[in-house]
Amino acid sequence: MSESTNVATTGSRTTQILGFVVLLGLSVVFVLAFVVTEPDAVQQDAVRMFYIHVPAAIVALYLTVPALAVASAMALYKKTRWWDITAAAAAELGVVFCGLTLVTGVIWGRPIWNTWWEWGDVRLLTTLVLFLMLLGYLAYRRSVVDPGTRARRSAVIALVASTNVLLVNRSVIWWQNRTLHQKSSLIEGRLEDMKLFTFALSTLVFAVMFFWMMIHRFRIGWLEHKIETVGVDAAIAERRASAHAGLDEAISHPALEKEGST
Amino acid sequence: MSAAIAVEQAVVLLAGFPALTGADLTVEQGSITLLQGPNGAGKTTLLRLLAGLAPLSRGSARVLGRDIVAQRREVRGLVGLLGPSSMLYEDLTVRENLEFWARVNPKRTYQTDAVVERLDLGATFDQRVRDLSTGQRRRASIAAVVVRRPSVWLLDEPHAGLDQQGRNIIDDLIIDAAAAGASVIVASHELDRVRVLASSVATIAGGLVIRHEQLGGRHGSPRSPFSPGESGA
Amino acid sequence: MREIWAVAEKDLRIELRSRIVASQVLPFALIVLILFGLALDADKATLRAFTPGLFWITVLFTSILTIQRSVAVEVESEAFESLRLAGTAPWRIFAGKALAVSVQLIAIEVVLAVGVIVLYRSSFEAPGVAAVGALSATVAIASAGSLYGVLAVGNGVRDTILPMLLLPVLAPVLIGATRAFDAGLGTAAVNGWAWAGLLGVVAIIYGTIGAAAYGVVLEDA
Repeated sequence: MSESTNVATTGSRTTQILGFVVLLGLSVVFVLAFVVTEPDAVQQDAVRMFYIHVPAAIVALYLTVPALAVASAMALYKKTRWWDITAAAAAELGVVFCGLTLVTGVIWGRPIWNTWWEWGDVRLLTTLVLFLMLLGYLAYRRSVVDPGTRARRSAVIALVASTNVLLVNRSVIWWQNRTLHQKSSLIEGRLEDMKLFTFALSTLVFAVMFFWMMIHRFRIGWLEHKIETVGVDAAIAERRASAHAGLDEAISHPALEKEGST
Repeated sequence: MSAAIAVEQAVVLLAGFPALTGADLTVEQGSITLLQGPNGAGKTTLLRLLAGLAPLSRGSARVLGRDIVAQRREVRGLVGLLGPSSMLYEDLTVRENLEFWARVNPKRTYQTDAVVERLDLGATFDQRVRDLSTGQRRRASIAAVVVRRPSVWLLDEPHAGLDQQGRNIIDDLIIDAAAAGASVIVASHELDRVRVLASSVATIAGGLVIRHEQLGGRHGSPRSPFSPGESGA
Repeated sequence: MREIWAVAEKDLRIELRSRIVASQVLPFALIVLILFGLALDADKATLRAFTPGLFWITVLFTSILTIQRSVAVEVESEAFESLRLAGTAPWRIFAGKALAVSVQLIAIEVVLAVGVIVLYRSSFEAPGVAAVGALSATVAIASAGSLYGVLAVGNGVRDTILPMLLLPVLAPVLIGATRAFDAGLGTAAVNGWAWAGLLGVVAIIYGTIGAAAYGVVLEDA
């Protein structure tokens, strides 16, 4: 559809279907999570936070991070903007899902652990460090002007960050062993059928939501890239014209500061 | 295909700005090319492209038959670039600087003593770069390029900051290098000085080589009525 | 090996001449130690108990400055370009730069160790595990730092971004080094050698990544 019009859009038949599935899925999950399922014997209503918290964490750690790592590796290997934009999209969604994980984790921790933040929780701590690294990655992307440089260098940062997630996870597991550690998150195998179903459905919906948002975010990046390319072609044409018109002396640009100023 | 340098339709984007907009340039081996043009025309960018330092977005560029993108490290090993900055460590002496650059690439042969003598650096050889005057510093930078014995010399305003004696030394070095088979490209505003040396003059404007004329100078290859850079937009 | 040493020796020689790290970074490290003492109300028991953490926090902050200096040496002479033109394999440049940073950080750590003994009344009861842990941690910091230090220069990037990029990456090093020092200083009953081993693994991983990726980041420095 979008090809037939001149209006740039990030929507397509696929994203419309995905978006519909996500909205429908989320509505079902909310009904199941807040109405149908019983409160937990110990955690009572706080357990409902899990239906958002855990799927968000799973998407953050097992979808966005691998997507970021693979896209970054491919950006270095293939040297195409396609992979670079994919990596950027994955990192942004990583921030969103990590943030959601952290916020819901903190809110859940208050009634259950009686503290907003529990240092002993491996996953929460790993997620926090990942969140900070992703923020650094995005801050870095914003600060680099040249697209090629940005692609190469941010890919290196992304690969270090994704490797580091494993190291952080490992060291935190060892580290918290010495503290009095409260058993974290999932109540081992004691989920009854309806809760398990809600949890699984929510995870699935979040995964679909990830892909849906990825496609849109990627297309925004791609459109930006196309605008840049159009701008570059125009700039080249303009500068070429100036070469023959002898207008060149009138044109100066900060990028050419290194040009013979002597 | 005896061209030392062959640039075709080269586009170089620096932070999105087209510094080169489709430049063409062919340079023969053993020639001296004067690169002239107004500030911001793309002279420095063209030299940096040939040194494998500026990213080639479109088109192609070959130095001594090596592709500037695919064989970048080889190309860098062949060229010597003299830019506006000193490229010397301020807290090291001239000797230590030259020795350092010799040590980080043992594969290349260096001839430090001859160069020091040639550039009249004896007196400043064991002084820290920080303590040198502008002219002495410039000579030391030139020495750092010359000791590498590059096959392609890319000189960006080499006469800047030098006194008359220093300028003469540079001119002699350029002539000798070309006579020894090296290709020299000199970007300069000192047209009269370099024109005497040059075998060809390339004019660059708006990121394009708009004219490339052969001179009947001392290294002159026959004057060509048709210059390779004429392909307009 | 020759090229690696040439780069490291060059950096150390420049430091011996300019004394930037010795006269500016090292005093900063000691000031941080003293400020911790003031902030924690000079409580001896607290200072002793938290010596490992305070020590390594100080090292991490100091390493930022040391790395920025290591990069500035190249930037002020635009020597990153010369290094690229020299045709030296990037991983060798990386190894040389990281080696020089490691040497400087170890010198700072030795002074800091004396500092915590004097100021915090700490004592190194198991110096072996502390030394091995510190060495591994230092190599890890210098490796990650040398890679990220170059990322923080050129192309409009401000070096103020370095702490934000580097410190989260060094989180596992901080954890490991603090635990190894807990064992070395006897401040907590932990298996210090296991932590030193983990630090060794981290050092190898960062060293490998740095060596592999340095060529990419050097291209745009």
